[in-house]
Amino acid sequence: MATKDMSAEGALETEERNLTELIRVAVPERSIRADLRAVSIVWRRELIRFRSDRLRAITSLVQPVLFLFILGTGLSRLAARGMPPGVDFQTFIYPGVLAMSVLFTAIFSAASIVWDREFGFLREMLVAPVRRWAIVIGKCLGGATVATIQGIIFLALAGVAHVPYDPVLLLTLVGELLLLSFTLTAFGVMMAARIKQIQAFMALTQMFVLPLFFLSGALYPLSGLPSWLTVLTRIDPLTYIVDPMRHAVFDHLAVSPRALDALSPGVTWNGWVVPLGLSLAMVAAMGLAMLGVAIAEFRKTE
Amino acid sequence: MNPAISVSALTKRYGDIEAVRGIDFEVAAGETFGFLGPNGAGKSTTIKILCTLADPTSGTARVAGHDVIKERDTVRRNIGLVFQDTTLDNYLTGEQNLRFHADLYGVPKAAFGPRLRQVLEMVGLWDRRESAVSTYSGGMQRRLEIARGLLHAPRVLFLDEPTVGLDPQTRVSIWEYINELKNREDITIFLTTHYMDEAENCDRIAIIDHGKIVAIDTPEALKASIGKDRVQISTADDPAAIRALAEVFGLDAGVHEGLVTFSVESGEQFVPRLFARLPVAIQSVSVSRPSLDDVFMSYTGKTIRDAEASIGDRNRRIATRFARR
Repeated sequence: MATKDMSAEGALETEERNLTELIRVAVPERSIRADLRAVSIVWRRELIRFRSDRLRAITSLVQPVLFLFILGTGLSRLAARGMPPGVDFQTFIYPGVLAMSVLFTAIFSAASIVWDREFGFLREMLVAPVRRWAIVIGKCLGGATVATIQGIIFLALAGVAHVPYDPVLLLTLVGELLLLSFTLTAFGVMMAARIKQIQAFMALTQMFVLPLFFLSGALYPLSGLPSWLTVLTRIDPLTYIVDPMRHAVFDHLAVSPRALDALSPGVTWNGWVVPLGLSLAMVAAMGLAMLGVAIAEFRKTE
Repeated sequence: MNPAISVSALTKRYGDIEAVRGIDFEVAAGETFGFLGPNGAGKSTTIKILCTLADPTSGTARVAGHDVIKERDTVRRNIGLVFQDTTLDNYLTGEQNLRFHADLYGVPKAAFGPRLRQVLEMVGLWDRRESAVSTYSGGMQRRLEIARGLLHAPRVLFLDEPTVGLDPQTRVSIWEYINELKNREDITIFLTTHYMDEAENCDRIAIIDHGKIVAIDTPEALKASIGKDRVQISTADDPAAIRALAEVFGLDAGVHEGLVTFSVESGEQFVPRLFARLPVAIQSVSVSRPSLDDVFMSYTGKTIRDAEASIGDRNRRIATRFARR
């Protein structure tokens, strides 16, 4: 008891000084700067959690590695007959598998919202005197960053699939990964706004992920498909990012125009080749639209 | 000085259920004010409205001088919240949780460092600030939440059942921290509890039952208003004993917590007369000074445990009804 009193007395002086000083801690009026600071901390929290979760970084690399090396190698002999000379099947599927490497991470990083709701932390964010958009955007940026880092790790394996380490190519691919990751996280966050149980969230997103991947043309060229499959591939949003990524890779390979035509024909709508810029713009627009829906949903809650 | 909280004619409906049925009260700046009542009495609903987490159906509420509906953000900047359920990120350290909060609430960067130290030392967690919250005990987590609620120097701190789910020893220590912060910080505290003994820590108490405030005063004044001691007896035949108490002594007794319970003045002097004149065999007897429990009973006609038991019964009935479907 005596020690407690003494320390209390000793602390009193500093305490009083701190108190008068800290009364002025008074939280400032709402401003765009305050909202941006909120975006930043929500974003950084995702990175802190990613850093402390190395297991996740490793496990989510397993699937793309399996596709590239096991499936890729296994099918390469079979596919060799259809491949133009000088191009590996692995090289061909690399851009698609690269897209896949961010697919799971991006959508599942949105699952953390569902966890946050379950463990109450979401409430801490929602009662704060900041705009809801700041929290949703912070979350999307965080998920996109984490997924892109994941993609960059996989990008390091490019050489194994005979994709050159060209700085321009790498930068292009990272940019496209970032765009893809953002759109996918926005999709995940939009779903997480509505779905309150983690099991339901996992089941529903799983249901989306594989069809998205298989219909995207990640594993086969988009030309000469049966018409039903042609239609389905054109509906799949992932198609419009896999195509520019493959385009970027093939731009940096020494292949004949004929081979390019066969392997990377571009997305066509009724014979019209969709320009790469439009493809990318569509993915961005979709991401922003889903972000908008997600913000509107979170405005409604509580 | 303006009141820290003022509420008038506040109601809240959820469909058919009227959770809050027209309450009025004021809390002065610097006061520690407790909302006491059984689970389901409307405490949490009221606190939610005051914290801008729910809109009232009618009536007005002002916190720190600002309207909870029209000036929601201003209210939020001026209040600190500690919820019943934990709202910490277990993966982050204590300090990281507080930094997150500081950024969300726009605590000036220069003030964060000293303030962090101040609040963490107050709750005795300064040494553990770099450990992940998942390694904290339940009591430590609650203390960290209190520290976080104070971080942005709010004018009003809301504590919703601050000690629920903690063991008795930890409950006592949490109250030591709360009492200490009352002395140190220039702050108004609004708390809810269904523990009678904890309500004694408040400057003033409002007793709430079925969505209405039935009494509001200092704990001392409330207890003094009862004036009588509580006598509880266990007997061989409770109904006969109750009848006899009415006939012989003119006392209005009831069964609470399984014992025949009634209030009389000067309980100790009454006991010998009770043994002499009651025709029913008495197995045990206890006399107690008025407690907040008696206050609660005299205003609501039941003890707080009775009230909770009946809510429990209702929930059980609902559960069985669903199970039968």
